[in-house]
Amino acid sequence: MGGALLEISDLRCEREGRTLFSQLNLVVLPGQCVELTGPNGSGKSTLLRCITGLFPDFEGMIEVADMLYLGHKPGVNLLLTAGENLRWYQIITNSHGSPQEALVEVGLAGYEDVRCQHLSAGQHRRVALARLLICEASLWLLDEPFTALDSAGQVLVHELLADHCEHGGAVVCATHQSLGLADVVALRLGGVSVP
Amino acid sequence: MTLFVGQLRREFIVMFQSLEEVANPLVFLFLGITLFALATGGGPDVLADYAPAIIWVLVLLANLLSLEGMFRRDYEDGTLEQLVLLARPGFVPVLAKVAAHWLFSGLAMTLLVPFAALLLYLPTSALFTLLMTLLAGTPALSLIGAVGAALTVGLRRGGVLLALLVLPLYVPILIFGAGAVLQQMGGMESHAQIYWLGVISVVSLTVTPFAVQAALKIGLEQ
Repeated sequence: MGGALLEISDLRCEREGRTLFSQLNLVVLPGQCVELTGPNGSGKSTLLRCITGLFPDFEGMIEVADMLYLGHKPGVNLLLTAGENLRWYQIITNSHGSPQEALVEVGLAGYEDVRCQHLSAGQHRRVALARLLICEASLWLLDEPFTALDSAGQVLVHELLADHCEHGGAVVCATHQSLGLADVVALRLGGVSVP
Repeated sequence: MTLFVGQLRREFIVMFQSLEEVANPLVFLFLGITLFALATGGGPDVLADYAPAIIWVLVLLANLLSLEGMFRRDYEDGTLEQLVLLARPGFVPVLAKVAAHWLFSGLAMTLLVPFAALLLYLPTSALFTLLMTLLAGTPALSLIGAVGAALTVGLRRGGVLLALLVLPLYVPILIFGAGAVLQQMGGMESHAQIYWLGVISVVSLTVTPFAVQAALKIGLEQ
């Protein structure tokens, strides 16, 4: 892969008889952030799911480094506390970050022992974001990470992304708002491809 | 091992938080047996003859009732896709989930059945055999059922399909289970059937975790 964290060549995907994208080529290097935009239904989420391997019905080649996927569903069990959710996540990823510190960083200090069913949608999203901090994956695949977040939360996501890219990570982020980062590659689906 | 224990711990916490859901199949089993005892109306002899069949069929149905919930919550909140994507090796947490399911359904039912058997006048001499068949057979129910539950996890109303998928595979377990108790009541040896139930469980334990893992991937594709 020659240092690239993600390499997509000649990707084509069809759903319900509609071609979502074809001849899609993309190389993501460390430090880069891909801003994946496009109207609703243009295939942003499908592209991310193709990259993760959750949606295998595509043609072409995808090579990917160790990645972390944050989809539409936050991946937070409501019957567990925020801390338990993160500890479980730590066990399945075999990572070593501190759940408590991660929760403090995403603005959930003091919520470690609160069952997630008593938290709001925005707070669920923050618990999900805390996963970014305890996991050591170099490529982040984020599907509309700003959903349900207040303005402080949105600033937090921007900071997390900038910090990750600065430390040699890379991000592919499906979003409807500008990420405002230094090394951003814009990729627009359902229309003209920029890169 | 850490992965297995960690996942099992998580399942325990979730189950203790949703005890009413966990208790549903057990209540169903007990109510079913009570209703049979009331409806048959026959004397102890009639009831005792049918007791092994009634108990085993109800255990099967109660198990089926609990299967749908095995992956449902995780599918809906998105933790299932994280599990499939990240956990390596993937069959370990699957095994932990099935183990938790068995402890709270198969094993719990096995412990409950002696009381239920009293209602059906099951001879005490056959009670031990019944317990042995349940202990040897119920792990296979959870393991085989997990494959069906994983395949239908993405369907909104997969209940009927799940039953159609899984019940035919349960039939041998039912035949050996109920048959062993009947033989014991007829004064014959029943070891062979119990061994066969054990064989089915061990084979299921070896094969199904991988099948569940593959089935979950298919269930999540959409």
